Amino acid sequence: MTRLLLSALILALGGAAYGLATDRARQLSGGKLSNLHSRLSYYGFFVALWTVLPALLLVIAWSIAEPMVMHSVVQSQLPADILTKSKAEVAMVDSSIGTIADGFQRLTPTELAAALASKTSLVDLLGSKGVALGTEPEAFQIAAAQQLNRWSDLSRYGITTIALGLAALGFVLSMFRLTGKLRARNAVEKIMLAGLVGASTVAILTTAGIVLSMLLETIHFFQKVPPQDFFLSTVWDPRFSAAGSTGTAGGQFGLLPLLWGTTYISLVALVVAVPIGLLAAIYMSEYASKRVRTVVKPMLELLAGIPTIVYGLFALISFGPFLRDAGAAIGVPVSASSVLTAGFVMGIMLIPFVSSLSDDVINAVPQTLRDGSLGLGATRSETIKQVVLPAALPGVIGAVLLAASRAIGETMIVVLAAGIAANITVNPLQPVTTMTVKIVSQLTGDLEFNSPQTLVAFALGLTLFTITLGLNIYALSVVRRFREHYE
Amino acid sequence: MVAASDASVLNGSGAKTLTGPGAHSGKISARDVNVFYGENQALKSVNVGIPERSVMAFIGPSGCGKSTFLRCINRMNDTIAGCRVTGKITLDNEDIYDSKLDVVQLRARVGMVFQKPNPFPKSIFDNIAYGPRIHGLAQSKTDLEGIVTASLKKAGLWDEVKDRLKEQGTGLSGGQQQRLCIARAIAVGPEVILMDEPCSALDPIATARIEELIDDLRKNFTIVIVTHSMQQAARVSQHTAFFHLGSLVEKGETQQIFMAPTDKRTQDYITGRIG
Repeated sequence: MTRLLLSALILALGGAAYGLATDRARQLSGGKLSNLHSRLSYYGFFVALWTVLPALLLVIAWSIAEPMVMHSVVQSQLPADILTKSKAEVAMVDSSIGTIADGFQRLTPTELAAALASKTSLVDLLGSKGVALGTEPEAFQIAAAQQLNRWSDLSRYGITTIALGLAALGFVLSMFRLTGKLRARNAVEKIMLAGLVGASTVAILTTAGIVLSMLLETIHFFQKVPPQDFFLSTVWDPRFSAAGSTGTAGGQFGLLPLLWGTTYISLVALVVAVPIGLLAAIYMSEYASKRVRTVVKPMLELLAGIPTIVYGLFALISFGPFLRDAGAAIGVPVSASSVLTAGFVMGIMLIPFVSSLSDDVINAVPQTLRDGSLGLGATRSETIKQVVLPAALPGVIGAVLLAASRAIGETMIVVLAAGIAANITVNPLQPVTTMTVKIVSQLTGDLEFNSPQTLVAFALGLTLFTITLGLNIYALSVVRRFREHYE
Repeated sequence: MVAASDASVLNGSGAKTLTGPGAHSGKISARDVNVFYGENQALKSVNVGIPERSVMAFIGPSGCGKSTFLRCINRMNDTIAGCRVTGKITLDNEDIYDSKLDVVQLRARVGMVFQKPNPFPKSIFDNIAYGPRIHGLAQSKTDLEGIVTASLKKAGLWDEVKDRLKEQGTGLSGGQQQRLCIARAIAVGPEVILMDEPCSALDPIATARIEELIDDLRKNFTIVIVTHSMQQAARVSQHTAFFHLGSLVEKGETQQIFMAPTDKRTQDYITGRIG
């Protein structure tokens, strides 16, 4: 029986257990449901969970452990001289045994016995069944394959029997515990709570795992390149990594030009996005009629749904060349990929972030404040400028900071539109490059994973992560302070 | 001056329908006022005169239109989408819905205090100075300080806050916040102050202080107060109008409304049978 079928069967048993348990609980109540501690369905879930969970957990655990067990079964069959060979060769023998075992499965036992006795070519026989072998298998391989098949049969029948037995055991034991006084709701809720805790733990552990793996690679990098050469150098020139080379191989890994490029482009993007986004938010929340608002707001938010690679294409084939031609027309040399191109297009991408969040915080400013101001004879614009915006300011700042962290982490637009030259320049018409661009370029192509040329990507990634994390935490705390004020 | 003489004629004819004294010296006069929220009619043909330098209370069960009418007097209903006002309301015989009249100027003359204290998230000083600043009432910093001080004194808040004018207005207690809002309204130098259930969010002690203050203020201002508490109406007002289901049922001197109501509905409300 396959794992999937087995799991489905266990779940079906759980469903049946639910029905039986609720019936039993109804009997126990003697017709008066208030005699029971919990509601009927909780008794059902209590027994169903005891039926399903242990058996299902066993199936899952065995599915994880089985390949390891099978591996050790095969290893135990290998002659000593094979095991002393290199890792790669052992792995090859291992997989050939797996193939032979698979082939044997396709033969009937009599066919197999006849074939082994008559010493016919196994290559031909298995080939006719659709399993291709390179060479005639040796005796130990055949033995190991047969052993493997015996074990996997055992595993297949064993796990089915044990799991179903466990389900039955869980069902019987929990049915015995079923009395009117059983605190079924509390027990079921405890299990559910454990499930919820588990779900949130997965999210947290994943984040921690990501950070940890980045951290390890970054430490590798700093073992090869001293931190001051990374953080304080103004030259980015990683060269190429030659296979098998050690040391820095003459590359220079200065963070500063990339940090400058990232900061500069993000600033340009914010200069574009913040005024437009904020003014749009003011229009939407203070002036637009309900009808206009229901149309305009989703349309603005549509901008946020455009994949950034599409913005990048727009920058690359439309906006960049347009700027270059416009510059040429007035005699200013403009590079097709430049700070201005990337920053402007990124700014357009950020407009919905600023406008949507700002619109929310402006809307959250209580109407009574507006009434108070209007009631004193202030005009609408005086009210917005002097009461609404100051009250919403912390939230607006939070929105801008979140947009900034988006800008810093943005990749596709800058890959296509900002260029790849690591310049430190204040001229917005020149190309610069960012940390994200360099992470991409250091990790694409034919690469040696132990060279600093590759590992620098992790150092860059971790730096980027630290910056955006800091910005996000600060932004969220600002937004939270605002919320506490008014809600 | 056609409009003005028109208004006085209307005011005169409106006065005939009023009972009790004060009607003739009406600071505010409403004639045949209807208010619609979209399709719903919230007020039906309201006629009333509000006498100068006294307190008039609007009472009635929830949803009777008393707050709606109050908000017509300084045109706060303009800010509500779908709200339509017909009829005529005059302030000193000037039509306040005349297109020649700037609503901003009207609201400077007719101040408002709201149900929930709503100080701006600014300092106490800036809260009071807000109105004078936008209307350009102060020529100098000393001027402004004078206005702030005088307003706080009139609102009976000066002694409590004089040492902490730079602190946030939102940090005061509920009753203090409401007096701050009254001071804020006074600072603009209005002629009329509208109060929309000013004590409904306050405890009894803070309520008593506000009621004392209202009694004080009527020497200088015309006050219109909407209240759910009949005791409060009886304590602070000289005139009372009873609203029911969007109509003004009865109006007159407070004493007469409470002691000898002529309309059955007023009687039922006052004795607690409806409401």
